Amino acid sequence: MKFIDEYRDAESANAFAREIRRITTKPWTIMEICGGQTHAIVKYGIDELLPKKIRLVHGPGCPVCVTPLESLDRAIQLASRDDVIFCSFGDMLRVPGTSKDLLSVKADGGDVRIVYSPLDALEIAKKNSNKKVVFLAVGFETTAPANAMAAYLAKEQNIKNFSLLVSHVLVPPAMEVILASPNNQVQGFLAAGHVCTVMGYKEYEPIAEKYKIPIIVTGFEPLDILQGLYMCIKQLEEGKKNVENQYSRVVLLDGNPVAKDIIKKVFCTVMRKWRGIGEIPNSGYSLNKDYESFDAEKIFDLQDIVVEEPSECISGLVLQGVKEPSECSAFGKLCTPEHPLGALMVSTEGACAAYYRYKGHGKEDNSMDE
Amino acid sequence: MCLSVPGKILSIKGDDPLTRSAKVSFGGTVKDINLAYVPEAKIDDYVIVHVGFALNTIDSEEAEKVFKEIEQIQIMEKKAYEEDIS
Ligand code: SF4
Repeated sequence: MKFIDEYRDAESANAFAREIRRITTKPWTIMEICGGQTHAIVKYGIDELLPKKIRLVHGPGCPVCVTPLESLDRAIQLASRDDVIFCSFGDMLRVPGTSKDLLSVKADGGDVRIVYSPLDALEIAKKNSNKKVVFLAVGFETTAPANAMAAYLAKEQNIKNFSLLVSHVLVPPAMEVILASPNNQVQGFLAAGHVCTVMGYKEYEPIAEKYKIPIIVTGFEPLDILQGLYMCIKQLEEGKKNVENQYSRVVLLDGNPVAKDIIKKVFCTVMRKWRGIGEIPNSGYSLNKDYESFDAEKIFDLQDIVVEEPSECISGLVLQGVKEPSECSAFGKLCTPEHPLGALMVSTEGACAAYYRYKGHGKEDNSMDE
Repeated sequence: MCLSVPGKILSIKGDDPLTRSAKVSFGGTVKDINLAYVPEAKIDDYVIVHVGFALNTIDSEEAEKVFKEIEQIQIMEKKAYEEDIS
């Protein structure tokens, strides 16, 4: 497929890897933010192409992994109601809540439907006027334009039986939490290309300056990631700390102005709790006052149970790049993709699931030219 | 879930800016995709698609840059090798 296959060429990847080996003189720790990048790195063995001096740590950029238990428990409450059709992206269904997941609600007879797009949920609402249709709106900035549009169109078209349970998260505040931590080991960032497709990359400039760290906006194919790493290592070796754009075929400095406009009309920035990390100020979106009547948290009476993560799960430390999944005592034993203890083992973009699949446990083929 | 994939626009339907949509082919699989966020997109353009929405069109000139860099690396390596053996 055009714009995919050529970016997976093994010979080109090796050329980049050799060039990285040539310029690397010191040890560096680099974090890729996005779970999609983590998945590609582990799947294609990109980490194994790099010199030993380069350490890659995996960031918190998987919305499935960081959606807090409280949001899942609210989703499960709503999905269990007889008057609700609950719609969600497929990968949220197996994320464990406190006592069960959405899939088991469905197995118990709840009307839980997997949708490809939030607009599909809106269509379901139009066709089922006797039911309340709730869409679980999770995601990073990448998904915000789609979810915002569902709310926007629902209001325009006066669809009263549609609402969103919003648990949106934003990347830059989480990067700052990682950098400000006394445990921080990250010296360079690969920023998530698709987040920047929407938002642009101006907001990374003050972060690069404040924490003196190079940030490279990077795509998702093996060659993108290798080039992003190359740009990052080159800056580190030269003592630079700039924001650069590797993914220029898709990302513009200002992002997508139409998308940003709809996001602004529908959402407001709020404090958000991240699974494994905790509360981060201004790190999430909720529906703003104008869209209150589409906010499932406001229109349903939801009980809040304060819950604790299983104590074995060290996903918070993994998400901040302090520990590797294999350092968790539950990894591959108590916690497997079939029986996940933490969200990082559920999503294919979670670091624990990627390590489980491609590094040792039930290892799958990871050749570059597929 | 942040997966976003490139696809080619085969046809475009409607002219309302919010609901304009396209048939987009992903290596043969065709889906209906909302074009609200890419008002400039036209037939035969490649777009990056995420949960049913095109987020941007792909700039094919920019897309070539990485291959030019690899070419440069390979030329440089060849030169270094030739200097080495001579
Ligand atoms: S292996 Fe499982 S329990 Fe351990 S950190 Fe990962 S998700 Fe949590």
